[in-house]
Amino acid sequence: MTAVSSTGSTLGALQRSRRSHLAWLSVVLSVLACACLLSVSLGTRDVGWADIFAGVTGSTETIAQAVVVVRVPRTVLAVLAGAALGLAGAVMQGVTRNPLADPGILGVNAGAAMAVVIGIAWFGMETLDAFLWTAILGAGLAACFVYAIGSLGRGGATPLKLALAGAATAIASSSFTIAIILPRNDIAGGVRSWQIGGIGGASFDAILPCLPFLVAGLILCLLSARGLNLLALGDDAAAGLGAHVAWARGGAALGAVLLCGATTAICGPIGFVGLVVPHVCRLLVGADHRWLLPFSALTGAILLIGADVIGRIIARPSEMDVGIVTAFIGAPVFIWIVRKRRVRDL
Amino acid sequence: MTTLNVEALEAGYGSRTILTDLDLAVPSGAITAIVGANACGKSTLLRCLARLLRPTAGQVVLDGRSVRHIPTRDLARRLGLLPQSPIAPDGMTVADLVSYGRHPHQGMLSRWTQHDDRAVAAALEATRTADIADREVDQLSGGQRQRVWIAMALAQETDILLLDEPTTFLDIAHQVEILDLLVDLNQSRGTTIVMVLHDLNLAARYADHLVAIRCGRLHTAGSPESVLTERTVKEVFGVSCRVIPDPTSGKPMMLPLGRHRAGAGLSTEDTTS
Repeated sequence: MTAVSSTGSTLGALQRSRRSHLAWLSVVLSVLACACLLSVSLGTRDVGWADIFAGVTGSTETIAQAVVVVRVPRTVLAVLAGAALGLAGAVMQGVTRNPLADPGILGVNAGAAMAVVIGIAWFGMETLDAFLWTAILGAGLAACFVYAIGSLGRGGATPLKLALAGAATAIASSSFTIAIILPRNDIAGGVRSWQIGGIGGASFDAILPCLPFLVAGLILCLLSARGLNLLALGDDAAAGLGAHVAWARGGAALGAVLLCGATTAICGPIGFVGLVVPHVCRLLVGADHRWLLPFSALTGAILLIGADVIGRIIARPSEMDVGIVTAFIGAPVFIWIVRKRRVRDL
Repeated sequence: MTTLNVEALEAGYGSRTILTDLDLAVPSGAITAIVGANACGKSTLLRCLARLLRPTAGQVVLDGRSVRHIPTRDLARRLGLLPQSPIAPDGMTVADLVSYGRHPHQGMLSRWTQHDDRAVAAALEATRTADIADREVDQLSGGQRQRVWIAMALAQETDILLLDEPTTFLDIAHQVEILDLLVDLNQSRGTTIVMVLHDLNLAARYADHLVAIRCGRLHTAGSPESVLTERTVKEVFGVSCRVIPDPTSGKPMMLPLGRHRAGAGLSTEDTTS
């Protein structure tokens, strides 16, 4: 009977897609492992496998091993920051139903950066702990502000209004940040290198305080996957399917804010990772956030490690900040997205 | 049998009141069509029924309980909703979309069950979309896409299904196809169907119960024969018309009279009497 055969083919289709997702997962994990190895071995001084092994296990007898010891925390930071930004980007695109959403475009990174710069310039803030709390506070305030502005008027927080409010907030807070730094030669250099985005100075001491925030953000984001799936159908349809629209959106956004704030605090605002990565992952595993979110985290880590390694190679014997490299990689992809996809939800 | 009632409802957006003092009993197991002029409050009424809009006064009562006090997921197991022109994300397949209909039946951690599989398969079957289950929703034609969305609402397995203009943007063949499908569901599953419809003649043909809204108030409710009259159409839509029995179904059928081409056989007295 047709009922039986078509049911079988439907379930078959679901199983096929699951198998291809698992295949892609192993591909992405292998690429990530290779990227980590490259990140430890390549740079101003290339090191061999024996030294990598010795360095990772703690030995610093040769210069090469010492280099590895420095590169390990840097690689760990690239993995964490890249994963956080990729995940935050995917969540923000889901929350706002906006294919161009990204922690940068929605003003969250700019808000975090402004808060940190205010802290440095006006309150003489120096410790990473202070950066961290200030950045998360700034990111949260920017997100609330953008959401409040975007919610004004009929229909609540529509994707279009959120994007406009976010863009305006990002520009306003960047201008304000520049206005604070310009007359202050004493802090300009330090702020500038932090602002462009760097992971070069990473140490485990700097990474540890961020971990609780990153883990909390990660859990919140991954738990919101199903809610984001429903939100993608529109608020009315989501509510009709039993989603708490405001809670689902708020919880996911909070997770993304935690990830962005913590990442911005250590690395400065790094752009384009959150924009590019979810689009690439959608090509691999489709629109289901239960797959999309973990893939975005892994792919974000790959992209940031790759950008860091490229930055070390092309500017030898010096280095290029990772934020500049992601912008170079991200800008063409951004144009490709806008040209290829109908950006109809805007 | 699930009952759905509206009691002294008042609702609007911001400070603008759209519905005032509206009472309505939705007949269980029947098809109800809400009709009225543009901006009369039809969709607002449907949004209140679906609890998408909180009334400023009065209440919507499902099985003797105000919908405001029913947990969201619980409500979604009893009352399904198909919004006007819903959106599917790029790249989502039909099977994925329809399986989302199972969301209200799944807990935070519970696994996908065989019953979920069966509900999805039955929904695809009933809407004749099983053979396009692999396709991406945004690549389907308008009629197919609407059938897929109805399949999603069916997978939800609710006693009541609310639809906001399910035939908008469809050509006449697909309009009839969708309405036939809704009648099938009503007859085979006993689903109570409430829909906003623009086309009065299709509403009279397919609905058991018509609800005419005028300026946010209930004008008339009842069988198509009692609601679709020349006087009601004049009062609700401000249009003069003739109502004749549909030669095939026997239901009332409305022929609007414009200022032009009203026909040589009719004198002015005929049309105004």
